[in-house]
Amino acid sequence: MSLPATKRSYLRSRHVEFTVVGMLLLALTVIFPVLNAHGMLSDFTITLWGKYLCYALLAISVDLLWGYTGLLSLGQALFFSLGGYMFGMYLMLQIGMLGSYAKAGQNPSGLPDFMVFLGHTFLPPFWRPFQSFGFSVMMVFVLPGLLALAFGFLAFRSRIKGVHFSILTQALTYGAALMFFENQFLMGGNNGFTDFKFILGHSLVDNDAGPATMRGLFIASALVLLTVCVFCHWLNGTKFSLVRQAIRDGENRVLFSGYATANFKLFVFVIAAFIAAAGGALFVPQAGIINPDQMTPDKSIEAVVWVAVGGRGTLIGPIIGAIGINALRSWATQAYPDSWLIILGALFLGVVLFLPGGIVSLPGIISAQWKKRKSSRQELSSAPDDSGASSSAVKS
Amino acid sequence: MTWKSFLRAFFSTLSLGLGFLASGRAVAAQETPRATIVRAILCKDDGPKREIINSLAGQGDEAIRELFAAWREDSLFVYTALDGAKVPVELTGPKDAQGAQTAVRVDNGESLHDAGGQPLRLIGKQLTAVEHDASLRRAMKAVVDLLDLGSPDLTKRLRAIQTFGFAQKPDKLAAMQARSLIETDDKAKDALHLAIALIQLADPSDDVKLKSLGELRLLHSAASADLVKATLAKALADAKPAVAAVATATLAAINHHRSVVNFFGTLFRGLSAGSILLVVALGLAITFGLMGIINMAHGEMITVGAYATYITQNIFGEGMNFTLPFVKIAVHLPGLHLTGWAYQLYFLAAIPIGFFAAALVGIGLERSVIRFLYRRPLESLLATFGVSLILQQLFKLTFGSNNVNVDSPVYLSSNWTIFDVTFDWNRVFVIGFAAAIVCGVWLALTKTPLGLLIRAVMQNRTMASCMGVRTQRVNMLTFGLGSGLAGLAGVFVTQLGTVGPSMGQEYIVDSFMTVVVGGVGSIFGTVVSALGIGLADQSLQQMLLSPVLGKILVLLAIILFLQWRPSGLFSTRSRSLD
Repeated sequence: MSLPATKRSYLRSRHVEFTVVGMLLLALTVIFPVLNAHGMLSDFTITLWGKYLCYALLAISVDLLWGYTGLLSLGQALFFSLGGYMFGMYLMLQIGMLGSYAKAGQNPSGLPDFMVFLGHTFLPPFWRPFQSFGFSVMMVFVLPGLLALAFGFLAFRSRIKGVHFSILTQALTYGAALMFFENQFLMGGNNGFTDFKFILGHSLVDNDAGPATMRGLFIASALVLLTVCVFCHWLNGTKFSLVRQAIRDGENRVLFSGYATANFKLFVFVIAAFIAAAGGALFVPQAGIINPDQMTPDKSIEAVVWVAVGGRGTLIGPIIGAIGINALRSWATQAYPDSWLIILGALFLGVVLFLPGGIVSLPGIISAQWKKRKSSRQELSSAPDDSGASSSAVKS
Repeated sequence: MTWKSFLRAFFSTLSLGLGFLASGRAVAAQETPRATIVRAILCKDDGPKREIINSLAGQGDEAIRELFAAWREDSLFVYTALDGAKVPVELTGPKDAQGAQTAVRVDNGESLHDAGGQPLRLIGKQLTAVEHDASLRRAMKAVVDLLDLGSPDLTKRLRAIQTFGFAQKPDKLAAMQARSLIETDDKAKDALHLAIALIQLADPSDDVKLKSLGELRLLHSAASADLVKATLAKALADAKPAVAAVATATLAAINHHRSVVNFFGTLFRGLSAGSILLVVALGLAITFGLMGIINMAHGEMITVGAYATYITQNIFGEGMNFTLPFVKIAVHLPGLHLTGWAYQLYFLAAIPIGFFAAALVGIGLERSVIRFLYRRPLESLLATFGVSLILQQLFKLTFGSNNVNVDSPVYLSSNWTIFDVTFDWNRVFVIGFAAAIVCGVWLALTKTPLGLLIRAVMQNRTMASCMGVRTQRVNMLTFGLGSGLAGLAGVFVTQLGTVGPSMGQEYIVDSFMTVVVGGVGSIFGTVVSALGIGLADQSLQQMLLSPVLGKILVLLAIILFLQWRPSGLFSTRSRSLD
């Protein structure tokens, strides 16, 4: 894979980039909640932006794999949703006696509504530990991590790479989505989990307490994103990161230089799964729903679009892409509901064809153009001087 | 026996048979059901009247149903003509101011005329209504119930036979046995045997039960399993070991037959599922396998083919209107208003239309997008995904987001049943068609000058270019071919699945997997893997009784399979690294 034109300048300025990202995120963490608390920012906006930040986490996980390691995974939405589902199980059990069946007196044991609907009378054993917040948070990372470890081990061991890797990850998430669509799987079928009421005893829906909880979730999302950015920045400075980028640019050379590339890739794959899962877990209470639609291959490819549009192989690119495209979506699905998918598709086409480095590469390209024009203008302006000089020489 | 005596015996049997047939016809000619009903109406005494009605049992004439219904609704009357003859009539149609209605003769179903030849209108109140009591109504109902048994319509007859058989009504036994003697259709005969055996199964006598179980064992119909099971349970409860033993054996025979039928049914369904997969994946085997382009819009090429079929059908029929999105141009396609066989031919016309429509879209896509991405395969995935989103939305805006209806032509909507295994024509056709396409593609790639160029360019684009091959043109045609094959798949999918704007998405993951498993670049590998995945999918579905679980297991199996052969079943061997 060829490096975008701005890569070299980027490597030099990665500290600058990190500082910018860090400052912006810190500002976001502080300013948005403060504005919201004083009623200058609507509750809707802060929840919306909270979701954008979760999408940014998903985008960073894609970027870690695709931008830095050259692994185009079309299955990151699976890890995102798995994290979401694990945390969603906790949230479902927090509803307790406030579910619609329990209110109607048909659910004495406080099961999630969909289980009552399916005729269950007691909680299945694998659901029980999710009463605990700590266990659920642990599972948010354990399950996607284990899946990534198992799948990555199999895939990288047999040196499945490039396009084949993409197609396999796509099949993986497709299969998982099919499984979660099934009612017998006891994960809510095609309706998924929804109608959450409490998180750690704080209400998510209450008119008075709800906005404060959402504010808390927003701050949590921003802080997690900030932590991930710090981690990625640190990782980019290590030798590990150099090997990782070398794998992207010429895996065989790295392999023949004596590096076990499969282990490097596996490590990145699992880390990316963690990050995506964290995003999913934070997404679910803010969005208020998680269903198998979130893990279809389309959603994964969409996350890849964010990274491509923002600029892959950079820290800020995926964040810009995720927030930018989702903000565009929020606006365009209202303003042009018929054309939104066409806009998205065209954006995608345009970026791939004309701007392989994404939005982030735009300043570099413009300044390069500017310099080129400047130098050619200098040449132009110097050329008449020469001729003038020669003519004057002739004259003299 | 000498051959002369054999011949004599043969002819005498033949003449006997003919004589029997002739006599049967003669009886039928003697008195139509209508005449019988007239006789019943004019008969004075209740006893003989009932018998006359009962004698109609087993007849198939629909007039019986109508006349009996009229009788029970008090619209049959006896009209006394001027010469004193009594003519039973049915009064039908709306009443006019005097309360008069049209009179229809019961004996021939024509309207009643007066001496001058004018149709007579009669007033019901002035005539004698034909009476009926409870016993007569019961007798009529019994006759009407059995009416379907003699119906000339085979499906009606079969349904009646099955209903009576599974209801195990002993009162229908006599009529069924009578019918089985004169029944000529093989299917109906089998159904009658089964139904008679099932009715006898409910007989209290053990001997009849045993005989019927023996019969059922020979027939080994899956449908009878439940009733045999019930009999077995009852026999065990009543401590009748003889019946229980025979019932167990019968049940075993039925189950064995069922598993054999299931096996062949699964094999057939697996082959046809594999063929669909093959037709869908073959185009991808060319664009992805040979050209290395990850065309995520391949599914939309299938959709193009399917919508082309839909449009063709409408052009052959009533025509259609739609509006192109954004430019807001209303398109009116005039219809040919064909009916019957000419209309049914639309599907054959759709085959080339679907191919060329998808090929054109594919060529457009190649010229506008893909030709810039030959060196960036992963990015071709992203760009074509964008194209796929755009196309899906355009389909949605043009044809609506609901599925559209594509009729099945007659020659694809029936089936053969051979030894209880059902072979749907559309599935048989898909298998045959897949075979034809594979042969066609193989011939095109190996025996034509274009095929030679395609293979040369795909193996080494630069070298081919150096040798003077116009690689741009070959790329374009190859991509067009691959897309056209997807269009063909779309034409076929209209017969097996739904047609809607995002139908292509259902096939895309499966077809990529098929190509990867078969080995990228190997058409033969795609054939083997498509059939293999289709068979595995169907048999797992059959075993696990869950389509989704089967599909997930197949996907898992594919991931594990790629551990063993990372580059697929038939990989092209090469010493180069990537």
